Amino acid sequence: MRLEPVTAMIKIENAEKTFVMHLQGGVELPVVRGVSFQVREGECVVLSGPSGAGKSSILKMIFGNYRCDGGRIGIRHEGSVIDLATAEPRQVLSVRRATIGYVSQFLRAVPRVAAIDVVAEPLIVGGVARAEARERAGALLRRLNIPERLWALPPSTFSGGEQQRVNIARGFVSDLPILLLDEPTASLDAANRSVVVELIGEKKRADVAMVAIVHDDEIRHLLADRVVDVTSFAAAA
Amino acid sequence: MAEHERHQPLLVADHLGKNYGRLTACRDVSFALYPGEVLAIVGESGSGKTTLLQLLSAQLAPSTGKVSYRMRDGVLRDLASLGEAERRFLFRTDWGYVHQDPAQGLRMAVSAGANVGERLMAVGWNHYGRIRDTASSWLERVEIDIGRIDDAPRTYSGGMRQRLQIARNLVTEPRLVFMDEPTGGLDVSVQARLLDLLRNLVSELGLAAIVVTHDLAVARLLSHRVMVMKGGRVIETGLTDQVLDDPREPYTQLLVSSILPA
Repeated sequence: MRLEPVTAMIKIENAEKTFVMHLQGGVELPVVRGVSFQVREGECVVLSGPSGAGKSSILKMIFGNYRCDGGRIGIRHEGSVIDLATAEPRQVLSVRRATIGYVSQFLRAVPRVAAIDVVAEPLIVGGVARAEARERAGALLRRLNIPERLWALPPSTFSGGEQQRVNIARGFVSDLPILLLDEPTASLDAANRSVVVELIGEKKRADVAMVAIVHDDEIRHLLADRVVDVTSFAAAA
Repeated sequence: MAEHERHQPLLVADHLGKNYGRLTACRDVSFALYPGEVLAIVGESGSGKTTLLQLLSAQLAPSTGKVSYRMRDGVLRDLASLGEAERRFLFRTDWGYVHQDPAQGLRMAVSAGANVGERLMAVGWNHYGRIRDTASSWLERVEIDIGRIDDAPRTYSGGMRQRLQIARNLVTEPRLVFMDEPTGGLDVSVQARLLDLLRNLVSELGLAAIVVTHDLAVARLLSHRVMVMKGGRVIETGLTDQVLDDPREPYTQLLVSSILPA
């Protein structure tokens, strides 16, 4: 029997995205085209390029949050490959439950829900018992230096940096095989930045495939196994 | 729920339409709803969303097309072909219907406990103590003080009435709940509490739900999927965050861009 080659967890082929702004007279805003790269298990690929080059859009396409107008976004999900560019909504939801986690730039807070429950939710959705989920959520919040007295409060009342750490905890709490990170260290101080670098290192060792956007050169150097330059996918009008 | 049941649709709309004389209220709507799935129908007043909800919940007969529902025996049946006993079973047990105006879904002059207990008695419960215990535990779940169990809902605030209506609907453990603008008449702070409550109940109970709303924030918080309606047609459909963050149709872009920032 041959050894299996290292599997691509994400395989993007010729993906493209254009916004059509109907309220601005149908103006077409090409974002990216010909996006092609792969990410293997345990690998962290960092997307580089200036603001507006389409880095966040690519992450959102891999998460199924932005629609893909052409090409293929192959995701290894529960033992087979699913194309997110053409998947049904319920398949996308299933991929998000079991395969892809996403740390967005900003926390979209739900009113009235306590920080610890915001963090524990992905685990509960994945079938972990509430008590255990909250315990794991608490451990991560503690590591990210969110004081315990804040855990029972809704994060909408927190500072920007605290909200971002709650967001990071929510993204890192579950054991999903793919993680997408949009500027995970942007609004953090040095101490918390190094916690996030540590967390990402742990995910790598757990064979998680990651795609990240990181502006800070030093951090990028620490995290990136490979850099994909997004300017090559620029979709000039 | 058995694993294979999750993968079979609970309700299927097939080319559904409704005309009033020459006026078309709703045309050619097709979709499948799966167990545990929450679908939001959004659009402005007059877009046909309430007509659609009434067609889906067998309160109106369609002019064209049909609605099928998977009964508890696992068989998908055309709602128009159901007998009276089966229809009663759906309305009293297997479905819930939350009206925008709680006065339409409650009996305003009888006690809160009786409002909840009545649904249980309708399905054959007859032990007073058990009915009262179940009603009390449901009032607790919807955050109504047990001390108010013997008061009639006309003495309740709008938010409490809406929570009572939800308890009355969920006490029979329905598999599908229809909601027509469930947060419509409420103050913003009361809305947030109700939404949070609904969101938790729906996920804890694994309910399927069809929610009509003109409020995109409600759709974002509660639903997995949305259908955008305009002029009686479904003009855009998809995963909720996808449709709201990357709207494709001119009308959907207009709706999304019309949200006032908080």
